[in-house]
Amino acid sequence: MIRLTINGVPHVVDPMGPESLLTTLRDRLGLFGSKNACEQGECGSCSVLLDGRLVCSCLVMAVDADGAAVTTVEGIADGETLHRVQEAMVNAGGVQCGFCTPGIVVAASHLLATTPSPTETDIREALAGNICRCTGYGAIVRALEPLAAES
Amino acid sequence: METLLPRHLDEALAATAAHPEATILAGGTDLMVAVAYQALRPAVVIGIRRVPELQEWDGRFIGAGVTYSRLERGPFAALAQAARTVGSPQIRSAGTIGGNLGTASPAGDSLPFLAALDAEVLLRSQAAERALRWDEFITGPKRTALQPGELIVGARLPEAIPDRQAFAKIGTRTAMVIAIVSCCVLRWDDGTTRVALGSVGPTTVRPRAAETMISTERRPSSAALDEFARLVSAEVSPINDHRSTAAYRRHASGVLARRLLERVL
Repeated sequence: MIRLTINGVPHVVDPMGPESLLTTLRDRLGLFGSKNACEQGECGSCSVLLDGRLVCSCLVMAVDADGAAVTTVEGIADGETLHRVQEAMVNAGGVQCGFCTPGIVVAASHLLATTPSPTETDIREALAGNICRCTGYGAIVRALEPLAAES
Repeated sequence: METLLPRHLDEALAATAAHPEATILAGGTDLMVAVAYQALRPAVVIGIRRVPELQEWDGRFIGAGVTYSRLERGPFAALAQAARTVGSPQIRSAGTIGGNLGTASPAGDSLPFLAALDAEVLLRSQAAERALRWDEFITGPKRTALQPGELIVGARLPEAIPDRQAFAKIGTRTAMVIAIVSCCVLRWDDGTTRVALGSVGPTTVRPRAAETMISTERRPSSAALDEFARLVSAEVSPINDHRSTAAYRRHASGVLARRLLERVL
C-alpha cells in the first residue's frame, strides 16, 4: 500500500509489482487525462508533476512515488476555470486530435511556473519531450507565445 | 515484489547487504523501459532517490543521485551541455549520473566528460568502500565492475579541470536522441588535451594518439588540426547499427573532435 496526494486529494492504493504511476493513475484511480502511448518516456503524453518536478509518469515506478504529491492534467484547471495554458490552446487552435494535449498542458504550465517569460526557443526546448502525432507544433507554440509576453 | 525505500545511506547499504541481488531504482528512465518492454519483474526493488548522501554535489564529488537537470545548471560547461542534450526535460528531471554510470551504455551522455577527466567511480557496500577509475568500472557495453551488494555512491573528479571544455553530439534531432557520436574535448593552458567519444566503441573511447599529438601543438595549424581529426577517426571502433553506419561514425568522430577543439583553442 502506498499513499499519494493527487491534485490535492489523498489516496491509498496498492500497485501491482513494478507497475508505473501512469498505470496506477489510469487503471486504479480512473484518472484518464494522462495518456498512455509509448511507455518509454519518448512521447510525453503521460507528463505529470511529481513533487513539483515534471516527469513522465510511465517511467515512475508507482511504489517509489509513496508519499509524493502528484499533479495530473485534471489538477491544472481551477475548478471550472481553465488554466491560461488551456485557454490559450483552445483559442489558438493548439488542439487537433487532442492526444498529446494533456502532456503539453502539464509541461507548458510547468514552464510558465518556472520561467515566467520564456522565448520561443525556451518554449520549443521545454516541449521537446512532448510529441504531437498531428505535428501541430506551430499552432501550439503560437498558442503559448502570448502567455510568455503577458507574464 | 518487495520494495525498500531507504532514507539514509546506511539504510540503503543495509538493504543492499540484505538483498545483494536487488534491483536498484533511481530515476527509472532505463529501468521502467525494461519493465514495459522486456517484462522485467524484479523480486526486490531498492529505491534510492530519498537517500540524501547520494544527492550531494560538493565540488569535485558528484553524488550518484544528481539529476541531469542539476548537471545542466552546474559549473562544468561540457558536463552541463552533455546533460542538456539528454532526452527531454521530463527525462532530465528524473535520470541521474549514477544511472548513466550503472547502465554503462556506450552512448551514455555524461560518460565522455568523466572519461576525459579520468574520473573515479565511488562504490560502497556495507563492508567496504572502493574507488575505480571510469575504465576499470565500465568493463564493456552495459557491463560494469559493480558487485552484488554494492551501490554507486558518485563520481569523483580530479582537482585540475580546465575552463576550456566542450561537448557535442550528433543525432537526428536536437532532443530525445541517443547519440550517433558524442565527444568531449578538454584543453589545459599548457596545451594538454583530452578527448573522449561516445557511441563509437564498446565503451567510451579515448583517442590517445590524437591527444598526444595535439597536446604538443600550442597553436595548431590547419594541417595539425587535419592530422588530429585523422588520428581521432583512426582510433575509434564504431559499428553499423540501426542508428548509423560505422563509416559515418568514424568520419564524424574526427569532424566533431576537431570542431570542438577549435572552439576551445
